[in-house]
Amino acid sequence: MDLGSHAGFIVGAYAFTALVIGGLVIGALLDQRAQKRALTALRGETGDSRS
Amino acid sequence: MWTALWHRLAHPGHFLRWSGAATPWLAGLSALLLAAGLYLTWFVVPPDYQQGETVRIMYIHVPAAWLGVFFYGAMSLSAIGTLVWRHPLADVAQRAAAPIGAAFTLICLVTGSLWGKPMWGTYWVWDARLTSMLVLFLIYCGIIALWRTIEDPNRAARAIAILTLVGAVNLPIIKFSVNWWSTLHQPASILRMGGSTIDPSMLYPLLEMILAFTVLGVTLHLYSMRTEILRRRVRVLTIREAERLDAGAATASIVTSPRAMTVGQGA
Repeated sequence: MDLGSHAGFIVGAYAFTALVIGGLVIGALLDQRAQKRALTALRGETGDSRS
Repeated sequence: MWTALWHRLAHPGHFLRWSGAATPWLAGLSALLLAAGLYLTWFVVPPDYQQGETVRIMYIHVPAAWLGVFFYGAMSLSAIGTLVWRHPLADVAQRAAAPIGAAFTLICLVTGSLWGKPMWGTYWVWDARLTSMLVLFLIYCGIIALWRTIEDPNRAARAIAILTLVGAVNLPIIKFSVNWWSTLHQPASILRMGGSTIDPSMLYPLLEMILAFTVLGVTLHLYSMRTEILRRRVRVLTIREAERLDAGAATASIVTSPRAMTVGQGA
């Protein structure tokens, strides 16, 4: 596909979008994993067994 | 009936159950819709007679702009839920939405600039639409920063709900800025009286991308809401554990203090 003389702007826009959305998704996954780990550790200490 | 259903779905325990089941399906649907949308954008949509290939930027710029405004609207409704009903899930929803809305607003601003340089000859103008979108991004940043400043989530919830509702004044300004002022940004071309001005060969792929971004945004929001509920449980358990340790230390000092006094008296 020939994007013409403005290819850099088009590819740049899509690359930036992929970077931000990728960051959002990875950030969300890592954050939830960290909270689950912290919760498991705390429940082990306090004896709280709620799911 | 609807009220009962709403209360059932919005109960944090029920929310964790139904959102846990729905999130993987929504994530799969988002991936499928995005793949289909990108295929249409890159291989089916014809170049525009004026913009040429640069029109392809619009297929991420417009959905991102929609989501930036959509999430702020959702946050404003949540703010009402926090202030009027003090519903715990309303605050959770608001907090989870802010970074997602900010990210999509940033995408809108950057992709708009990258489209503007070849089309308008400049990355930025202080046009009413562009400026009001920048203000929206700054409000999002302010809300996120305020959340990080106030440690107690209940105190933060009320302050941020008020700030969110004040910032909601910007939403109609964003929507109608192109009608109220003479702007370089083009007027509404999808939702307007008399129908869309876009050719169907370009309009339907654009609507598909808007749908794909919306499903992705909602999926991320539900997932982040689940994380926020877990974060609050971690906070409660941490405080409970600290209190337990404090109580243990206090008991230990009561037990040991008579001996200490004896030692002190004897000295």
